[in-house]
Amino acid sequence: MAPDTYAVGPFRFESRLFLGTGKYATHSLMTDALDASGCQVVTVAVRRDVLSADGDRKKDNILDHLDFDRYTVLPNTAGCFNAADAIRSARLARELLDGLGNAGARWVKLEVLADKKTLLPDPVQTLEATRALTDLGFCVLAYSNDDPILAARLKSAGAASVMPAGSPIGSGQGILNPHNIRLCLEYLKTDDPDYPVIVDAGVGTASDVTIAMELGADGVLLNTGVACADDPVRMARAMNHAIQAGRLAWLSGRIPRKPYASASSPTDGTIASGAAGAAGQAPAHVS
Amino acid sequence: MDLVINGTRQTVDDAICVTRLLDLLAVDPSRVAVEVNRELVTRKSFDDTRLADGDAVEVVTFVGGG
Repeated sequence: MAPDTYAVGPFRFESRLFLGTGKYATHSLMTDALDASGCQVVTVAVRRDVLSADGDRKKDNILDHLDFDRYTVLPNTAGCFNAADAIRSARLARELLDGLGNAGARWVKLEVLADKKTLLPDPVQTLEATRALTDLGFCVLAYSNDDPILAARLKSAGAASVMPAGSPIGSGQGILNPHNIRLCLEYLKTDDPDYPVIVDAGVGTASDVTIAMELGADGVLLNTGVACADDPVRMARAMNHAIQAGRLAWLSGRIPRKPYASASSPTDGTIASGAAGAAGQAPAHVS
Repeated sequence: MDLVINGTRQTVDDAICVTRLLDLLAVDPSRVAVEVNRELVTRKSFDDTRLADGDAVEVVTFVGGG
């Protein structure tokens, strides 16, 4: 059987899990979790380097802990609250990855947030930044609200993928509005079934991933659900199974929901019940 | 002259370039990207980009994120 792959911009992957690298207690816990998750894409953030005048600086860089032959790095613009900052952040990330000869220089997970309390995306600024970054040659994966109209607008603006939120970042609330995710998928994929839609944010546990995939998403991006689990490596393994379970279920075509029961066992040939000999059948003569 | 490096004011020798600044900061140039006054400085321009008094310099790298 041919592998079940999918494309996002210039990239093609088999694993449908994108795993974030934030919030792990140690780098070794992170690398073990990445390994257990089976992911091929890892996200990173751009931040000021830790500098000090005496040259005594923090040397332990996440770049030293990522196997570039195994993982494609997807830089994000997390922490940006307007289009201009997100564009600056994306360009800095591209310059860094270019210098390292990393293919991840070609794309960016665009995140333009509106509000520190909810970390919900700013739709207007996200749309503006999507246009600008596409013009600058970026393959843009646009983190979005679960709004089908906005999703379609982002696609029209050039986004290579739209990433609707399941629920607020790090909230662990799962897929709060499956109906809207379904509408996003319909609006983005009708007449363009290969257009990649990655559900991003809010995953709390394995079933959330499965639900997203059962709705027909192409992949799921998560971070906190693994990094902050009591046992991150075991949870990463659970997510690995969950994404495959959801994908297989989607491909298999689930049964429709019905209001009443439909027996799984044959209704013919059940043994007699009630008073002996009252089943209305003549006794069979066995000899 | 004074530069504002990652938000902190620091005094450095006059007329240094980005390459020299990174050297002073003990930064591996392959592990960072640089902006001066909010404009990206490409790696190949590090030698040619002279810094001036009051310039705001951002030196960034990657950290864990989602």
